[in-house]
Parts: sequence; C-alpha cells; structure tokens
Amino acid sequence: MGVKILTEHIGTPGLETLAVYKSKGGYASVEKAIKTMQPDEVTEEVKKSGLRGRGGAGFPTGMKWSFIDKKSGKPRHLVCNADESEPGTFKDRYLMSKNPHILIEGMITASYALGANLSYIYVRGELMYVVNILQKAIDEAREAGYIGKNILGSGYDLELHVTCGAGAYICGEETALIESLEGKRGNPRIKPPFPAIAGVWGNPTVVNNVESIAAVPWIVNKGGDEYAKIGVGKSTGTKLISASGHINKPGVYEIELGITVEDFIYSEEYCGGIWKNRKLKAVVAGGSSVPVLPANLILNTVNGDKRLMTYESLADGGFASGTMLGSGGFIVFDETASIVHNLWNFERFYHHESCGQCSPCREGTGWMEKILHKFIEGHANMEDIDLLAEIGKKIEGNTICPLGDAAAWPVASAIKHFRHEFEWYVTHKEEASRPGAYYKGEKLVLA
Amino acid sequence: MEQNVQEELWSVTIDGNEIKVKPGTTVLQAARMIGENVPPAMCYYSKLEGSGGKCRTCLVKVSQGSTKDPRPMPKLVASCRTTVMDGMVVQNTTSPEVKEARAGVVEFLLLNHPLDCPICDQAGECHLQDLGYEHGKQKTRYEFKRRTFERIDIGPYIQLHMTRCILCYRCVFTCDQITNERVHGILNRGDAAEISTYIEKAIDNDFSGNVIDVCPVGALTDKTFRFKSRVWFTKPVQASCNCGKCSGKVTLWYKGEEVIRVTARKDQWGEVESFICNTCRFERKKTSDWTIEGPTHVDNKSVISANHYELKYDQPVIPQKTSLHADHPSFKEDKKLLN
Amino acid sequence: MSDSSKISVQFSPEAQALVQKYIAKFPEGKQKSAVIACLHLAQAEFGWLKPEVMDYVASLLNIKPIEVYEVATFYSQYYTKEVGKYVIEVCHTGPCWLRGADELITYFEKKLGIKKGETTADGMFTLKGVECLAACGSAPMFQCGMNYYENMDEAKVDAFINDCRAENKISRPYPIMK
Repeated sequence: MGVKILTEHIGTPGLETLAVYKSKGGYASVEKAIKTMQPDEVTEEVKKSGLRGRGGAGFPTGMKWSFIDKKSGKPRHLVCNADESEPGTFKDRYLMSKNPHILIEGMITASYALGANLSYIYVRGELMYVVNILQKAIDEAREAGYIGKNILGSGYDLELHVTCGAGAYICGEETALIESLEGKRGNPRIKPPFPAIAGVWGNPTVVNNVESIAAVPWIVNKGGDEYAKIGVGKSTGTKLISASGHINKPGVYEIELGITVEDFIYSEEYCGGIWKNRKLKAVVAGGSSVPVLPANLILNTVNGDKRLMTYESLADGGFASGTMLGSGGFIVFDETASIVHNLWNFERFYHHESCGQCSPCREGTGWMEKILHKFIEGHANMEDIDLLAEIGKKIEGNTICPLGDAAAWPVASAIKHFRHEFEWYVTHKEEASRPGAYYKGEKLVLA
Repeated sequence: MEQNVQEELWSVTIDGNEIKVKPGTTVLQAARMIGENVPPAMCYYSKLEGSGGKCRTCLVKVSQGSTKDPRPMPKLVASCRTTVMDGMVVQNTTSPEVKEARAGVVEFLLLNHPLDCPICDQAGECHLQDLGYEHGKQKTRYEFKRRTFERIDIGPYIQLHMTRCILCYRCVFTCDQITNERVHGILNRGDAAEISTYIEKAIDNDFSGNVIDVCPVGALTDKTFRFKSRVWFTKPVQASCNCGKCSGKVTLWYKGEEVIRVTARKDQWGEVESFICNTCRFERKKTSDWTIEGPTHVDNKSVISANHYELKYDQPVIPQKTSLHADHPSFKEDKKLLN
Repeated sequence: MSDSSKISVQFSPEAQALVQKYIAKFPEGKQKSAVIACLHLAQAEFGWLKPEVMDYVASLLNIKPIEVYEVATFYSQYYTKEVGKYVIEVCHTGPCWLRGADELITYFEKKLGIKKGETTADGMFTLKGVECLAACGSAPMFQCGMNYYENMDEAKVDAFINDCRAENKISRPYPIMK
C-alpha cells in the first residue's frame, strides 16, 4: 500500500462532518498557513511540492498561482473546477462526496495564498447532490470560523461559495467555466488575456481542479519537499486514477505516481485484471481525449521499458507511440471491444459538447461523427479512413480551446494503431453492421 | 525630452513587409496598414468590441514571437486577436501551413452552407464567396445532409436565412453595442447553434438595420431590397442628409432612376464607416431625400464594377437547388466574374 | 428588461427565498451569475422551461430575456420542451457503453414502451441518452433527478420503475441547489 494523501480517511464514518474531519487532523493547514505563514510562503511550498494540475493539463500548480496579478489592486478569486465531465473520469465526484472538507480546507488555504477574498467551487449541474454536500461542509466551516470575516483573528476575510453548472463538458475548460460562472453560455474565451490577469468579472483568477486543491492541505502541513519525495521525477505525489471499462474492479484508486501500468491493471490492489478472463486490447489512459494505445504500447514503451503511471512515462514516444496521463481517466478495453465503435461513441460526445463558437470544431466534430457512423453501419469506404484523419488534422491546433484537440487526438491515434480494424469495417460491411458484431483479428465474432 | 513624448512604435514583419505600429495593434490591423497579404476576416469587425477569434480564417503563423523572445508560437494564431510584439515575424500567405489550415476552415464554413448564391441577395458582395474563391478548394468532401433552418422575418425590414449563417456573432455584438435592447442572440450549441429571438419577436429599434450591413453572408438581408436586383446591376452613389439620429452618410444603390437600397458606407475591408439609422436605411428612398456627393468608389476586382453581366448572358442561369455545390458550373461562372 | 406586469408565473415563497440566497453568492451587480441555479429551480417548480418561465427568471435577475434564452438553450440539463415527471437520463458515453449502457437503454425502452427521447403517454417517464455523468466506475448507470442509480441491472430497473409509480421513493424529482 502506498501513501494515501486524499483518500486516507475515506471509509471513516461521519467523515463528511467537520467534527470527524477535524479529529483526523482536518483544518490544520488553515491554522498553520494563516497563523504562521505569509501567503507567498504557502505558494512557495506548493511550488516546491512539484504538484501538477490534476484536471488534465498537468501544469505546475504553484507556478500557476505565481502568475496571478497581485499588483492591479483588483479583487482576486480562486475558482475550483469541479466540472468533472471528461469521459472516464469520476475521481472528483468520489472525493467531494466522500471527503468534502478536504476540498473546503484546500480552498481556504489556497485562497489565502492567492490573497483571494471571494472564491467559488463550480460543480457540474448533474452533481447537484454533491453541491449540497459541499454546501453543508461550507456552512459548518463558516460556523467554526474558517470562512468569513477575520478568519482565526488574522484579519484575513474569505467568502467561499459553491455554485453549479447545468450540463456542458466545455465548462471544464477554465475560461468557459468562468463564463458560466458569470451566468453566460459556456463559450471559451480567446486568450490572452489569461484568467490570472482577467478572469471572473475581469478580475485576476486562478482556476484549479478539485484534486489539485485537495492536495494543498497535506503539502502545507508536511511541506512541499516531503510531497516531492513521493513519486518519480517531475511526477510528484499521488494521483487519483478513475479506472473503468473491462476490468474486474472499476473504481477510484489513489496511487503513488510511478507504479507500473501493468501493476495498476493486473494487481488485486487496483483494477484486478481484465474481466471475464479476457485479454487486454487497448487502454485510454487519461480520459477520452488522450490517444488510445494498444496493449503492447500501454504496458511497455517502444524502447521496451515498462510503462509507468507518470506524466513522463505515459507520454514517452510522443503521439507516435505514447499517450498522456491527462485527468487519470483510465479506460480499459478487452479483446472483444471495437475501437471503431468506441471512437464513434467518443466523437458523438465531442460533437454533442462542442460549444459551436469556432468553425473547425463546430463543423468538424459532427463531420467526423457522421463518417464514423458510416463504418459501424457498414457504409464506409477506404477513402473515409484518410478523410477522417485529415479532418482531425484540420481541427487540431486551429480552434479557440482544446476541445478541438480533444476530439482530434482519439481519431488520429485510433487510425494510427488500429487501421486494420477500420479496414475490416470496410471490407466486411455486412458483418460489421450486424448488432453485437465486433472485430477480433480477422474473424467476426458475435457477442 | 521630445523623444520621450513620442509614442513608442513596435516593428512587425508580415510576409516580409515591415511596418511600425503602436503597441496594442493586432497582427490583422498591421497587415491592413501594410495593405498586402491581408488575412481574410469573417467574424472580426474593428468597430465591434470583443468581435473576432471565432471563424479562424485569419489564422497566421508567428515564426518569431518578438526580438526579446524570438521563439515561434507553437500554434497558428488568430491574427485579429493577437497583438503584435516588437520584432514579431508573421507569415500569412508565405506559410504553406497557414494556407492549408485556411483551406480547411473554408471547407468547414462551407460544409453546411447552402451555396444558394444564385438566389441570394448577398451574392456579389458576400465575404464567404470571396473567401471560398480565394482560399477554398474546388470541391467539398462533405456528403451528408446539410443543416437547414426555416427562413424567418425578424420584424418588417429584416429577413433571417439562418441556413446561410456562419455564426460570426457580429450581429449580436452590434445589437449589444449600438442598440439599447438586444432581443436576438445565439441559441443552442455546437452545430445546432443559431441566431434567433427564441420566441418570435421583431428586432425593432432605430439601429437594428445595421445587422444587415455587418453580416458577412446573406443570413440577414434587407427585406425592402429582396429580389429587387442583383447588386451588379445597381449603381452605388455616396449621399448624405441631415439626420438627427445618425451621421446621415450613406450609399444609395440605384437601379435606373430608382433608389432600391440604402446602406451604410463601407470601407475597403467591407466594414461600415459609421452605423446608420433605420429611417435613413428603410424610409429615405427618394433622390430628393438626399444630397448626392458622387459615385461610390468600387474596387476593380468587385463584380459590382464589372456591371456588364448582361452582356455575357442572355439570362441568368439558375441551377436546380439540389445541385448547388461549389463545383457546379454556374457557381464557377459567377466566380469568373469576380476575377 | 422584462415587463413584470405581463408575467403570469411565480415561484413559491421557498423558491423565492432560494433565489435571494443564490444572488447573495455573487457581488452586487453580478446577479446574472445566479441564472444557472435559478433555471434549475424554475424546472423544479414548473417542470420545464416555458418562455414565460424564462421571462420570469429574467425579471427576477433584472436581465434581458434573451440572456436567459441563450443560457437555457446552451446547457443540456435544461428542458425547453415538456418532459415527463421522471426524466431517466442514461449515460451512453464510452465507458458506460463498454459495460452495457445500450442494453440498459433497450431494457428501459422495453419496460416503458417508448424509444429513447420519448415520453410515456401518461406523462410519467421521459427516457434520454445523455453524455458522461462521471460515474464510469459504476457503469451502467443513469440519473433521475438528484439521484444517481449505479451498477444497474434489470432487477434494479424494475424496482426503480415500481418506486416511481408508487411515488414513495422520489417525491421531488428535480435537483436544486439548497
């Protein structure tokens, strides 16, 4: 068993209450930071920890904090991105519903570091029950004097609110989230300016993922150096991995960054192997947006090294033979899974979730979905494979926000690694369109 | 001391042409100042705050960020929303990558566009036609049913052909910024997004007609001009009046002796010089309402200046609606006239 | 701004109090931020977002009706058409699909006698396929109102439908921020 930073006390009855949470050492970081540290010292500890944004981009959290404009004299805001919607990712929901106070504590400590006096937790609208769990936790924390005016007699004021979305994946993009928080459509903004300069209502704003903020209390309590000792290289600390798909034990696992992918898939401590005694076919390791890798490439890099659960190791080989840790949405496909059908499913998702603001994404995502539908309906031809790849290329890098890239990468990687399967759908039109049919090597199997 | 009073100017090079501009100038504005190799802009409108960045037709490559930090930018950037840095080097038409991306954007924009130019009042002054001609490819590879919407009247003067819309948001910014009450907006999302008032409502205020002028395509057209004439059969004339509501500086579009349309005056980038009121636009259609200033300058590339369409054809060829593709012969003929 | 004299709908006193609570979360003059929560509330009160309901929300927040329409039509949780009392929203995205989301939808279709996207004749159930609900580890699953129903099988679906029909489990189906 590795170190558990975020999930250690999950399972303790009543952990969602302030009393039980405090009995486990909760809110110590608020006391320590506000009473004994300058705001910049808190930021410094987070920098030292090497913590990287857990929402998917992996940008160093401490560095992001240091970009916030403290000179303008405008109010500053910390916004927690709890709009967890990336297919394959469900860790934030788990953490917030089981251990809400760790997020509230992190929000207070991080807000103090940023000098933010008004902060928000933006939760996707579908998770209204989580919103209400967090509201209770906030009310308790306010009652205990951790939120409000003159916290712990320090002179530092903080208002912390939870607010909700209403069904839009795009609001996980930080500027779309800010728009939504302002009561608008979730259209990503054109950057620059970045939120650190002009975010919510034009004020300097930092947007951080739930898991990043929840790691802050431990870092402040034990020190950034201590956190940096966990993990491998630039992948420090622990990470929540959401494991789903064809495995024996789907769920959320807190891992120390650096365990092998093989261990994660096959050990009893984590996924417990592939279900129904089947073989591993492929993995999408970091949420639906990251490149899909076939079994051999997810377990080992092209150099033959064992692939590790780290930002660097998963990215080894670039997009030619690697992928990304992303949000840690680990989706496993067994040998019966159809990569093409799954890709159509993913592209339906991106088509549905495109905000429609910029032309490549608005028009391109739907086009890709329609072409993929031809494959599974048995109407595709060989040219469609290249057309699909080309549309993806025309979207990638040319859109306002990364949703375009997120829609294009799965297409590019599926064609790169599973081209034979696309071809099979073209050469076996009749079989391919039968309900329950899937591709397995050269032969058709009916599930 | 005098040196310090003078404003600092930054140097930017676009496709080999260098110009010095004020900090805060965008790459697109700098390119317009140079006047050559200007990236096309379908959504950006210099008079509308917050416009731009959406259509992606003006993407350029920044091969050197600045003198201080010469690293190239990792992705193509929207020139309309990227401000210059001192020593920035930009590639527009000299970059194959830009050309390729732009051709892609044109294909995306035309994916669901009906290409009903033969029956569209905007034809001849449509920015999407120009864009398709200059930067697009001959054929679309899209084989699916195109998105269509019902044509609706939004008030007595304006017709909305949502099917033609490219979602530039200009009309939304216009109503937000120059009228007192915006009643239309962008509804739905993704490729289902549309311009609408949601419940049938008239866009009804003194400046609403300006949405027609800012629309780059034939999505918002002047009902009083509907099917009156192809623009290349009309003669534009600069005129003015003492209007209490607006500048009164307009272009009158004559067919014979009759004023069949009034628009704001447009500059070489197709932007209005000043917004005009609805009284000038829709109600002053007699020569006697105006002081005539002289003929409007028309670019010699424009189909309007050709004005001899009737010499080439006995009658316009109107193709079947089902075969209105970019590669249709009639479309190409239209385009030849632009050359 | 909306002419409030023309508005025929009104929130319950409890809901009106919640609106004030939502507005108070944001700085003065930024009450537009509360529109998203208010529209959830409006659905809980009126079932779906009729134009007059949206106009009412606009009047409460002192914003233009179009600003509300723009938001209401952007987010997928809002119903701009009438729906059944219980809206069953089955996640059909990749990870759920890998573990039987299509079969779950088919079973609902069979049990309710409707197709995905339809509402039963008695107005009790609407069946929808929705995108990822962040419950991939407990697939297949669906959401109804505030609740997530996870690791579903046929017996659990049967029990759920019976509970709805008996109305002993779910009294107020639509989620609101408290």
